[in-house]
Amino acid sequence: MTRTELNEIKEAELAARKRTTIRCCMAAGCTSQGSGELLKNLEAAVSEAGAEDEIEVRGVGCMRLCCQGPLAQADPGGPLYEKLEPSDAKAIIESILSGEAAKLQTGDPKHPFFAKQLSVVLGNSGEIDPERIESYIAADGYQALRHALREMRPEEVVQEIMDSGLRGRGGGGYPTGLKWQTVSKARGDKKYIVCNADEGDPGAFMDRTVLESDPHAILEGMTLAAYAVGADQGYIYVRAEYPLAIERLQKAIKQAKKAGLLGAQIMESPFNFSIDLRIGAGAFVCGEETALMASIEGRRGVPRPRPPFPAESGLWGCPTLINNVESFANIAPIVRNGSQWFAGIGTEKSKGTKVFALAGKISNTGIVEVPMGTPLRTIVEEMGGGAPDGGTVKAVQTGGPSGGCIPADHLDTPVEYESLSALGSIMGSGGMIVMDETTNMVDVARFFMEFCRDESCGKCIPCRTGTVQMHHLLTKIIDGKATARDLALLEELCDMVKHTSLCGLGMTAPNPVLSTLRFFRGEYEELLQPDPYANGRPTAVPTS
Amino acid sequence: MSVRTLTIDDQPVSVEEGASVLDAAKAAGITIPTLCHMDGVYDTGACRLCLVEVEGIPKLLPACSTIAADGWVVRTQTERLQKYRRMTLELLFAERNHVCSACVANGHCELQTMAYSQGMDHVRYDYCYPKWGMDLSHPLFGMDHNRCILCARCVRTCWHIEGAGTKNLAGRGAGAHIITDMNEDWGDSATCTWCGKCVQSCPTGALFQIGATAGEMTREPARLADIITARRKKEWNV
Repeated sequence: MTRTELNEIKEAELAARKRTTIRCCMAAGCTSQGSGELLKNLEAAVSEAGAEDEIEVRGVGCMRLCCQGPLAQADPGGPLYEKLEPSDAKAIIESILSGEAAKLQTGDPKHPFFAKQLSVVLGNSGEIDPERIESYIAADGYQALRHALREMRPEEVVQEIMDSGLRGRGGGGYPTGLKWQTVSKARGDKKYIVCNADEGDPGAFMDRTVLESDPHAILEGMTLAAYAVGADQGYIYVRAEYPLAIERLQKAIKQAKKAGLLGAQIMESPFNFSIDLRIGAGAFVCGEETALMASIEGRRGVPRPRPPFPAESGLWGCPTLINNVESFANIAPIVRNGSQWFAGIGTEKSKGTKVFALAGKISNTGIVEVPMGTPLRTIVEEMGGGAPDGGTVKAVQTGGPSGGCIPADHLDTPVEYESLSALGSIMGSGGMIVMDETTNMVDVARFFMEFCRDESCGKCIPCRTGTVQMHHLLTKIIDGKATARDLALLEELCDMVKHTSLCGLGMTAPNPVLSTLRFFRGEYEELLQPDPYANGRPTAVPTS
Repeated sequence: MSVRTLTIDDQPVSVEEGASVLDAAKAAGITIPTLCHMDGVYDTGACRLCLVEVEGIPKLLPACSTIAADGWVVRTQTERLQKYRRMTLELLFAERNHVCSACVANGHCELQTMAYSQGMDHVRYDYCYPKWGMDLSHPLFGMDHNRCILCARCVRTCWHIEGAGTKNLAGRGAGAHIITDMNEDWGDSATCTWCGKCVQSCPTGALFQIGATAGEMTREPARLADIITARRKKEWNV
């Protein structure tokens, strides 16, 4: 693949564009609601009307407002159709041809949910066909790779990422450029690139969205990383629960190989790089990097102590660069547009954008990408539309089982790594679960503790059995059978598990308890009263 | 060979480059409690009893799998560490069914000795009383899962000293357990060499010799390390 060939594909793709394009969401949310059949019906309706030269029907990635799916939109300027049935296809085509509005539910593309988004990672999501490499190339795909291979030395690529200020999007927030530099300087003939796509936090689906909507962006980001650090083999570790993402990645890898964008002598340069998929078998802990690497190597997926860090000794003892899906998705846009462009987005210490998955008691469930520094209130109330059915937002949980609950009166906090950890939560990978006044916070803490208990690998004692005891104590509290002594035991255990566990899963397992204790201690104490259920149920304790 | 000099509990000590903090402590005559560590097999840092404080490092570090560095000031017996160790032991005792008076390893049990030495005289958590079974299918050895603390010393011994690879771990969280081959009865194992090294490596009464009395259940894990020394350095400790 040369520059000319890349441009030829782009021009051919743009020349084939028709007067109207109907984009139909083909990500997991909408396909589960029948958008696959809708797409087929749209194509059939176009050919039935003999309008093949007029209208293009394109299956695209996530169009973000998942709760109103299946979604479709006609370009240019057409309405955003919501809650479509496969049988609505004909009405949409007729409306386009006649110019009269169809009697279908439509949404407002100018609603803050869409208007306040800034797309870097999701620039192609909902726009291009994720199953066609030509569609990605038409959106300037693989231009960054070509530019880097032809015009940049590997260390310049590393420097570009350093200058951009990009920090790890998996949750930790470690500077990505620094990690790349460490791997590039590590001694070793063989180096590896790993993409961590083992997204497992309850309520989080950002990485799935990226993988399903723009798989080539991940391949391009990984290839750029490989060129920068001197690796020739990459792995994408993706969980088996994401079959659509796996299918699209497999297709993308095949297409990229065929086009000479993966494999030997990429873009006719001396640089070689291959990517293989590794499918996770359902253990949450395999999202922890050392466990993930053990799993890739074919061993039991349990973490090991760090140091040595993967950058020094990773897969099969070789220097390994491991980044999250969203981190890799940022790479090609940074190389394409320059580090200064990226560093201009966000705040002083948190650059760029962040993708969040809005879930829970919120009107607009779906995917949003906002600049770092956006206040939580903007995301939850303006974009998300607040709690449904006239409820009020009580708290927002970020960071999944490793994160914490941020109470409503702290919603003006900007989304940044530092400001969220100051509140006892974390940025995390981007799951955002909204709770209203019907949620009991002790119950929330118990839910996450149950998750950690079930997902502990069983290797180290504090996590394996500390989570069992903490869950037991939380249950005792909810059942109204606990005393102040039990609460003290719980707090003591939280401290111990946090400081003595082997890996991040255990170290952060107490966070949901600690943060709810910090902001909602009253709800715990209410349940410690003698016979707390005597006068009805205390604050929103579930009846189950 | 380069040397690393550090201070452990106010005592200066020098060790060879690459030695662990645990090695360094041993050289200084300081005992750091351990359960999953065993000389002769690689360390996993699983039991968390050997956690130590190092000045200037916010995280607690496992002495067994942390390489000693020059100039470190290490503390192994602070109040906080002692408290965490007692809690770890409490959690272990509450996890499975550790009834010393009815155990074949009574008096020769590292867990029991550890509890005494760390001053863990009662358990404040509710006992879990799980229903784990026993595997008595092997003619010579038995396994009582109720007494297992999942240190995986037997697994590492079986794979890396005997080289049989019979023992393994299955399940996760509180459901993690030791298995034989592909989760078969030990007596049906085609790979077990009947060497009994796993029994020697077990810190509790989980692995035992069938028919042995509590008085006879002495074990010598140090002999396992001797095998490795003999193999690697050709030094015979007889």
